[in-house]
Amino acid sequence: MSVDYPRYLRNDKLPLYWCPGCGNGIVLKALIGAIDELHWEKNDIVMVSGIGCAARGSGYVDFHTLHTLHGRAVPAATAIKMCHPSMHVIVFSGDGDMLAIGGNHFIHACRRNIDITMVVVNNWIYGMTGGQYSPTTPPGSKASTMPRGNIDSNFDVVELARGAGATFVARGSVADPISLKNYLRKGLEHKGISVIDALSTCHTQWGGRNQLGDPVQLVEHIRNITVNRSNAGALSPEELQGKMITGIFHQDPGKKEYAQAYYELSHPVEQTVVV
Amino acid sequence: MADVQIMNGNQLIAEAALLAGCRFYAGYPITPSSEIPELLARRMPEVGGIFMQLEDEIASIVAAAAASYAGYKSMTASSGPGISLKQEGLGMACMMELPLVIVDVMRGGPSTGLPTRASQSDYMQARWGTHGDHMIIAVAPGTLLECYTETIRAFNMAERYRTPVLILSDATLAHLSSGVTLPPPDTLEIVDRRQPAVEPENYRPYEISATNPVPPLPNRENFPRYRFHMTGLNKDATGFPTENATTVLADENRMINKIMDASADIESFEHYQLEDAQVAVIAYGSNANAARVAIKEARAQGLKVGMFRPITVWPFPFQQVMELGRKFKHIIVSEMNLGQMIHEVQRALQGRSELHSVLQAAGTPIRPQQILQKIREVSA
Repeated sequence: MSVDYPRYLRNDKLPLYWCPGCGNGIVLKALIGAIDELHWEKNDIVMVSGIGCAARGSGYVDFHTLHTLHGRAVPAATAIKMCHPSMHVIVFSGDGDMLAIGGNHFIHACRRNIDITMVVVNNWIYGMTGGQYSPTTPPGSKASTMPRGNIDSNFDVVELARGAGATFVARGSVADPISLKNYLRKGLEHKGISVIDALSTCHTQWGGRNQLGDPVQLVEHIRNITVNRSNAGALSPEELQGKMITGIFHQDPGKKEYAQAYYELSHPVEQTVVV
Repeated sequence: MADVQIMNGNQLIAEAALLAGCRFYAGYPITPSSEIPELLARRMPEVGGIFMQLEDEIASIVAAAAASYAGYKSMTASSGPGISLKQEGLGMACMMELPLVIVDVMRGGPSTGLPTRASQSDYMQARWGTHGDHMIIAVAPGTLLECYTETIRAFNMAERYRTPVLILSDATLAHLSSGVTLPPPDTLEIVDRRQPAVEPENYRPYEISATNPVPPLPNRENFPRYRFHMTGLNKDATGFPTENATTVLADENRMINKIMDASADIESFEHYQLEDAQVAVIAYGSNANAARVAIKEARAQGLKVGMFRPITVWPFPFQQVMELGRKFKHIIVSEMNLGQMIHEVQRALQGRSELHSVLQAAGTPIRPQQILQKIREVSA
């Protein structure tokens, strides 16, 4: 069944502000596809973003949208979920925004288990400001502020989210948009915090500095370095060297969701009198 | 029957916020503001509101601003160094034109300063702490009763003008406990944000009418039906970013003028024994109480002194102070800092009066004797 994408877009804002060949459009398309499968009403969806290329995504979708400050999408989304617990709240922002300047909010949202979906559009670079290295830039790769190659270690978004207590954690990539859409849908459905590390591509700022300036070639590169969890078990440690595993890593529906826990504070469950 | 409560300034601010309709509070622990979140943590669930202690000061103000976007009346509170951190969120609320109340229980500084001591050193931070051209409303309650009534007024102005409003309290007011006779709730005006008159598909979050420079904003009930975009970028009437110079300039001016043109409503001050006075003291907040005692003592000694006390401290009551300059040869400014409001006073006086000061940033309150001594020097 085909998805009526224009139904979910602010079509008068097109064309997209992203470079032709950018991976962000693939992530946004996968997200809309997931929402379409869930048959959610546009009035029930809030998309919040921070600052950066990916964060501009909030302007294109016909939901309630809030384009906040650099790194601050998560606290804004948290508040909106508390104010309107029946609405679906999605954060759509980049790796620099969510893991560097917004890193504190990111880990605390994981710990808090509030029912929002955090989509980390992870292209390993600060694209908008000119290709500076981010917390996910692979060691050794070049950036405008790491011209000799990155000496900084990178975050594994999945491990970070799990360690901080997130109850749904998945990783997909623009090289496999169908799986990415499926992970996003499962994350959206999850009652609690969900984190989707969406490996994206920036051929303009990261690719060009690392001999992968062609967008198709860069997506190929992502395809080559990703291995699905279901296949990873068959590979030796040597074969897994430098690979990024995709799939759903963690799913715990048992932990109480924060907005629900708060609601119960003000509406205590009545004591059952046993006669 | 009068409703007499024994409360401190922080608790009065928190209770007044609830009465004004505040149903979202987010904060981060900081002295000397703690009684505000402590009271609201207990009270918010009782009134169907939301209390959140978040991971830092920035998260707190951004959450409060986002709650306002989602239709709630909301508040955050902090003190000097916490307000420094909140400045980016304050600017976002200015640009998005979100009603928001921010309590600053002032303490000494810079940096960690004097956490448990009183100060008025955030007067200029309140006005110019966030970057970019903008206007701000700030009120400085001088008494416990005003902690209550000015908080309600702060919410009303935030809603009416779609703007952040600061309450500049200090450690003295915050921790002063006394019996306070609260006005009956039905005598208090409560303002709610104006609601869109158009259907959701035609709503534009910054579209103004010919008669009102403040656009309507959906409340808690209407928010789910009204889908719109907001950004911290300079925006046009639709809420989407623009770099059109004409549009940007017009919007920047409108955001300032919507406050400056409403000064008759926003301005609030007290004239205390000014009519026959020959010397005027200008003081605000808790420090005005020291000035009042000094004036009583001076009058007992036959010195004709009065006080001009701004209650709305931003926008600065320029016209009022200019008129004082026409009438008084000597004006004394007293504030618990090393000179902040005095610069505004000087600008308004335009050299008409001789300006004197009693300034102190030592953590200890300015004593009435210090102000009295200056009155006597000036009157001699």
